[in-house]
Amino acid sequence: MREWKEKQPVQVLLILAAIAVCGMALFMTLNARGRWDFILPFRGMKVLSMVLVGYAIAVSTVLFQTVSHNRILTPSIMGFDSLYILIQTSLIFTIGSAGVAALDPRLLFVFNVAAMVAFSTALYRWLFSGNSRSIHLLVLVGIVFGVLFRSLSGFMQRIIDPNEFVLLQDRLFASFNNVNSDLLAISTATVLAVSIVGLRFINTYDVLSLGRETSISLGIDHSRVVTIVLILVAILVSVSTALVGPITFFGLLVASLAHQITGSHKHRYVLPVAALIAVICLVGGQLVLERVFAFDTALSIVIEFVGGIVFLALLIRGAAR
Amino acid sequence: MIEVANATKTYGDTIVVRDVSLTIPRRGITSIIGPNGAGKSTLLSMISRLMPMSAGTVTVEGLDVTSTPSDVLAKRLSILRQDNRIASRLTVRDLVEFGRYPYSKGRLTVEDRDHASRAISFLGLELLADRFLDELSGGQRQRAYVAMVLCQDTDYVLFDEPLNNLDMKHAVGMMKLLRQAADALDKTIVLVLHDINFASCYSDYIVAMRDGTIVRHGTPDAIMTSAVIQEVYGMNVEVQEIRGRKISVYYM
Repeated sequence: MREWKEKQPVQVLLILAAIAVCGMALFMTLNARGRWDFILPFRGMKVLSMVLVGYAIAVSTVLFQTVSHNRILTPSIMGFDSLYILIQTSLIFTIGSAGVAALDPRLLFVFNVAAMVAFSTALYRWLFSGNSRSIHLLVLVGIVFGVLFRSLSGFMQRIIDPNEFVLLQDRLFASFNNVNSDLLAISTATVLAVSIVGLRFINTYDVLSLGRETSISLGIDHSRVVTIVLILVAILVSVSTALVGPITFFGLLVASLAHQITGSHKHRYVLPVAALIAVICLVGGQLVLERVFAFDTALSIVIEFVGGIVFLALLIRGAAR
Repeated sequence: MIEVANATKTYGDTIVVRDVSLTIPRRGITSIIGPNGAGKSTLLSMISRLMPMSAGTVTVEGLDVTSTPSDVLAKRLSILRQDNRIASRLTVRDLVEFGRYPYSKGRLTVEDRDHASRAISFLGLELLADRFLDELSGGQRQRAYVAMVLCQDTDYVLFDEPLNNLDMKHAVGMMKLLRQAADALDKTIVLVLHDINFASCYSDYIVAMRDGTIVRHGTPDAIMTSAVIQEVYGMNVEVQEIRGRKISVYYM
């Protein structure tokens, strides 16, 4: 019984890794007409960005759910997505789309990430320094800020030039077709750095899922660890959002599926499983988008359509707690 | 020895625990009793560093609980609260093995697994060890949590209302078990209890609280008198001696 329990997560991991590799190979080679030395780097970059984004979303959602002790929350509920939308809208509103296009994309990226991390850190510090250390209060404040950011963006979008609005809307749909190659290197470095820090706590996450009081009793400096984890989550979310735009639903789907099929509570297994599922979904979704719909729709529409159905099925089965 | 000096907890203008000083001796069972809102659980939370104090100090074997690193303290003192909600799906053995975290930091050794097995058999959970927690009854789950806390192998073990939601059979079983842990495993156990008769029958020392302060403390014989119970609970009850134990009859 025990041996089976230890073996199952490893098998799941291997199967998922095989599917992911097959999916990537298929994506790289299917319908390839023309010169390989163009196609491979071109598609390879897309695959790399999907791996980065999938990993970032999966890991950030699982960790956020662990520290918030809730399986239905995602980091986007903290107002991350709406902050991104607000930043994009304000940029276009103040300096116009021509001005934004003239900016160095790396600078914009760093600015995006810095703004989101600063916002979340300020929020945590403010909430965790007081008497109440409730994660639920934090989430509630995050929701309120999200609504505030969305209304501000909505206001600016209504009074903006309609042509500029179309350009803005294009930026706000998650898409892997206009990923900037300059950003890939800096994103990869950021994600790697976050992972190295995050890996130090890999066994701590399991304890955190027992709840605040039990983890303190087991000797974890709870508020310090939670603050670190939330900062890591903020960085990961901002990297993925800055790369491709907001994909709200995706993380929830991936995290729920990962908890379902891993067969272990250990984050050592849940995190890689979630990341692999995310990569499979993204690569598969993009494959369908490019080869079946011939780019006639957006990736987030494909993923959220399929994801919505799967998630409803999970809810009805009573599995998503 | 746990020493509480001038511990105070305030929320705004409300004082929940007011300038409490208390010494809990090493070994045996100490029960904290008192009416709802007396500050019992708050005091226990402050002793176990779950809640910061507004003023005062708590030391466990000379270690200040607010300044000692949490992982050092976790080898000396453990606490079990009443409501434990776990997000992930765990088996009993998974849960109990978490008790070794302060020592192993998640990398279980053979010795850690032995500790877990011993705790599981001490609580009589051998047959349930590979069952998931959500498949157990309330009493069984409570025992699994107690096994985890005992697996942590600390000298001081604090329980906040361990008899909550247990029927009389399981409540008596739990108290016997705690008594056994105190005697056989040489633990110092501190309990918050609602039923003063359980406190009377199983503890070595009783601390009675009301309105955030300690009203009386002493041996069960000293506390279990009509006068003291009147003072603590504001209720006129009769205390009778049954098989050498003081039992209060408060049902009518």
